[in-house]
Order: sequence, then structure tokens, then C-alpha cells
Amino acid sequence: MSRSKNLAVKYLIAAVLFFGVMTLSGLLAATYYINPEFLFGLLHFSIAKILHIDTMIIWLLMGFMGAVYWFLPDEFGREPVGIWAAEILFWVFVAAVLAVAAIFVFVQWGPGTETTLWLFQQGRKYVEAPRWAAIGVALVMLVFAWNVVGTAMQARRITGVMAVMSVNMVPLVLLYLIAFPNISNMAVDLYWWWWLVHLWVEATWEILIGCIMALAMMKLLGTSRQIVEGWLYIEVALVLGTGILGLGHHYFWIGTPDYWLGIGGFFSALEPLPLLGMVVHAIYDAGVHRMKTTNRPAFCWALAEAFGNFLGAGVFGFMITLPQLNLFAHGTQWTVSHGHFAFWGAYACGILSVCYIALQEQRRLATVDSSSWVWAFILLNGGLIGMAGSLLVAGMAQAFFERAIGGSTLEAFIAGQENPWFVISMYSRFGFGLVFAAGYLALAWNLLTLGRREATISIRPVVPAE
Amino acid sequence: MQYEDPNCWRAGAISTTVVMAIVLVMLTIDSLDAINPGGSHVPPYTVINRHIEYAHNSKLGRDMPVIGSDEPLFGKSVTDTEAAALIEQGKLVIQSRACIDCHTFMGNGAYYAPDLTKAWLDPAWDAWIAITGAESREEAMARFLMAPEQYATWQRKMPDLGISRDEAVATVAYLKWLSSIDTNGFPIHFGRIKVSK
Repeated sequence: MSRSKNLAVKYLIAAVLFFGVMTLSGLLAATYYINPEFLFGLLHFSIAKILHIDTMIIWLLMGFMGAVYWFLPDEFGREPVGIWAAEILFWVFVAAVLAVAAIFVFVQWGPGTETTLWLFQQGRKYVEAPRWAAIGVALVMLVFAWNVVGTAMQARRITGVMAVMSVNMVPLVLLYLIAFPNISNMAVDLYWWWWLVHLWVEATWEILIGCIMALAMMKLLGTSRQIVEGWLYIEVALVLGTGILGLGHHYFWIGTPDYWLGIGGFFSALEPLPLLGMVVHAIYDAGVHRMKTTNRPAFCWALAEAFGNFLGAGVFGFMITLPQLNLFAHGTQWTVSHGHFAFWGAYACGILSVCYIALQEQRRLATVDSSSWVWAFILLNGGLIGMAGSLLVAGMAQAFFERAIGGSTLEAFIAGQENPWFVISMYSRFGFGLVFAAGYLALAWNLLTLGRREATISIRPVVPAE
Repeated sequence: MQYEDPNCWRAGAISTTVVMAIVLVMLTIDSLDAINPGGSHVPPYTVINRHIEYAHNSKLGRDMPVIGSDEPLFGKSVTDTEAAALIEQGKLVIQSRACIDCHTFMGNGAYYAPDLTKAWLDPAWDAWIAITGAESREEAMARFLMAPEQYATWQRKMPDLGISRDEAVATVAYLKWLSSIDTNGFPIHFGRIKVSK
């Protein structure tokens, strides 16, 4: 295998390991809801929450990089220009993530000074990592961007998919710089923070996973490049056409002018369109090829990505996106429900699909199939849907009892949290969290053992039709 | 057919993205003007010297802050510079203790503890004045922040985060200023309904 593919395997292994940390810290965070005294005075809810959401960002980012480094040599016919730098930075990245996790667990907080933001944590959701670590992440992404764009320039050839990915690298790197400033005015702080969270995660990441899935579909089904690239351009037009101003649905209540209610409501209501397009595309491709593939788990995870993205990001997002309803649902577990389903459907499933694609080639398997991947698939998706459903009920109870009839005060908040619908939902979420964790163990076991006992054979990669 | 040519869709993707990005930049310029201190939606930091209420505006059909007469924080009126320093310090305290990873601000955060957007205006502080033995709302808030485990609100207790007196004062100033921001009616019905269990 090429150096790029070896690096990709390292990134994918690290991604799956941090996926485990995310799952464990998620279970921990869920525990506080049913037992608030749990580890009180030792490890607070906030630390479990930070570990949960930050490792989610990290494992998805590592998964993306693993996927791209896997496909790069196939697309350009050569090693990435800065593969040596990427190899070194991989270990720096892993070490930095472990160091930051140790700081979160053992140091937890510091005095209200700039020094705390540099050394311990920045206290901004999703980008809590201290600035020294954020600089490291920026450096890793810069080298990642250089390896995509620089390799295209040196290879003197570029495909449509890689052209989209190359252009996408610019906002991917630039938007992350919003992780650094300390802005006293919270209205302005949240205004730019949403550029990071919405435009980075919900736009540039959507484009990136669109490119990755385009490459995966060519690999898995031999779909023609012309069709894949046509769909990718349509997706880019729809994602950015609706998503750039769809950003406005985060500007309803942060102090910004009320024209955002109309603009954000309208464009974010259209945001499910590209996701519906991906479902149509997936069904079309699967139908044309009569579901024939040599890698069934990768294919099923790709389908799960299309459907999960549409349902989690699209349908669950649409439910709360209009300002008339968002006024009640915003800041409740309803948002958490959407968040869980969306991140899982949009990104996690896609990365798991690439894991199986890489595994097939790395272990030289003619076909990839077994019963244990089916268990992992059912438990992970079933657990996730159960968690999203539980959180949806909890959020609805909050929207009604805390906001609509409660008056949104501390007393109303407590009344909402003590409402039986909310309490039952928290137990239910924990139960489905355990199902999800069991699915993770099945996945890890399957990835570790799949094909190990079978004879390896030489396989020919699927060549996309022209 | 032209639509089968990916280049046709590429042109569409580029033009759509460019148009939307330009519109976003224009709206951003206008929005930042409105949300800078002293803008149409965000009062200057010295608003902490004034009385703040949250009332229903029947003309706009939503709740919004109402800035009243003088009501200095901790009994001391502050200058522009002093107010800015307090707000800067308050935000640093909020970030250094990762408040947003339990609470929410303007609905954004971790949902485990109450939203703090209008916390300054919460009627619950009336009870805390008695509980903490303070003589004012701001003093009760400061005492709570410095020893939250001593004045536990309910089964989900706020942990002791080592907040000093100066840090507590700055945080209270920050929460008072935050409550003065016009958030288009969020959170709805704040403090206007009596909860019955």
C-alpha cells in the first residue's frame, strides 16, 4: 500500500478509537440526568459534556482525513506532496488530543484570565480546547489542505470531485480560525461562533462528506464519474444555496435584527432539499446496480448516510427551524435530538462506510460480509434512533411545560426537568445509549477480526464507468 | 442534453454560492452594526447602571427589555471604561469555568442547567436575597456564585468553581448587561407566568 493509504489507516483507527471515547463520555453525561449526585465534586457534567462533543468533532475530523488520504493516491496517481509532514502531524495530533483530554479531566478550569484560555480551555462550545491545541488543529488542517491542493497542482490533473474538495479546503481552514478570538460581547461572539459551527460543520463538512461519498460510490458500485460529478455539483449548489443564508436560523434569538427570522426561516426550511437529493441519488445508484456489491457493510453504511442525513439533519432539523416553533423548542432537548441524529446520519455513517472500503483493500478481501457487521449496524442505528426519539419527547415536554406554559424562568426550567415525560425520556435515552455502546463494541470487534481467518486474494479495484 | 453535462451544474453551483455569499456579507455588516454595544439591539455596557425590566410590547407582539431609571450595580455607578472592564472580566469568568457546558446563553449551550439570557431578571432571586442574607439582588447573586454548594437550588447542584469576589461581581455585571439585549422575544413569557406544580 502507498504511504498515503497507510496514513489513512492510522487516521481511521484513531477515529474509531475516539468514537469509543465519545460513546463512553456520552453515557457518562446521560448518567448525570438520572443521578445528579454521580461523581459530584470529582468530575462534573460539564467535563463529560465537553469530552463527548469535542471527541465527536475530533473523530469525525480524523475520519474525514483518513478517507481523503485513502482516496488521494487513486485520484491523482501519486503520493500527496506533503505526506511526510502529514505522517509527523498525525502523531502530534493524537498526542495533543490525549493531552487536552487529560487537562479537561484533571485540571477542569482555571481563573478568569487569558492564560486559562491559552493553557486549559476556552469555554466555547465545541471549541473548548485551549488555544495551544487549537493552533495544532489548525496546523494539521493546513497540511491536510496543502496535501489536497498541492498534490492536484503537482499532478497537473484534477477531477471534478477533487476540484470541489480543493476549493472547499479554503473555507475549511479559514473558518476554523474563529476558534481563537475572545470576544466580550456575547451577541457578536455567538454571531461569529455560528459561522464556525454552521458554515464549518454544516456547509464545508457537508461538501467534504459529499466528495468522500462520491468517491465511495464509484469504488463500491462502479458508478460513472460523470453521473457522480453531476450530482455533486447539484448538491453543492443546493447545500450552499440554502445553507449559507440558512445560517440565519441560528440568528433568531442572539440579539441580531429581526429580519433574520424571515431569512433564516425561509432558507433553512429549504435545507432538506439537497439531503433529499442524496437519498434519490443513493436509491438510483443502488437500483441501477441491483444492490450488487462486493462490500455489503460499506454499501449499507453509505445508504445509512444518505437516509440518516435526510432524516436527522433534514427532517428533524426542519421540525424546529421555523421561528414560530423555534421560539419554544430552542435550547431544549429537542435541539439535542436533532443534533444526535444529524451528526450520526450526515457524517458518522459515511466514515464507517469508508472504514470498510479501506479494510477490504488493506486485507485483500474479495468480498466483505459477515453476521457481526449486521449486529453492529442494527445496534448502532437502533440505539441512535432510540436516543434521538427519547430526546425528542423530552424536548417537546420542555417546550410545552417550561416555555409555553411555564414562563422560562428557573422555576419553569425545574418544572420542565421534573416533568414525568422528561424524566422517563432520560431513562429511555440512557437505555438506548447502552444499546448504542453495545453496537460500538460489535463494530470494533468486527473491524478488528473481519477477514482475518480467510485466505487473502488479489482483488481488482472496481473501475468507474466513463 | 445540456443538463447531462456536469459543467452545466458546476456553473450553477459556483454562481449560487457567490450570490449567497455576497448577500451574507451585506447582512453581516448590517447585523454587526446592530449588535455592537450601543447598536439598535444591544445597549452600551453602562446599561448596568440602569434599572432593566422585560415586558411585552403589544405593538411588536413580543417581549423585550425596557431600560428604566438609574439603579447602579452594588450601589456604585461605573464609567464607560469601568463597565467595559467588568464585561470583559465577566466573559473571561464565563469562559474559564465553561459555564456554557452546563447552562445555555441565548439558548445555546448544554441544556443541563437553566438558560442565563435573562437570569438577572429571574424572580427566583427574591428568595435568594433571604436565603443568602443579602440586601440586594446583585449581592445575593455574588454570594451564590462564590458558594453555590452552600445555597443549592435543587437536586442538580452547581459545583464550587472557585469564583473569587471580583470574578463574581464581574459575572453579575455581565448577566445584568446580557438581560438588556433585545433577543426578539426569547425566552418567551419570561417571568410572566407563575408555575404551578
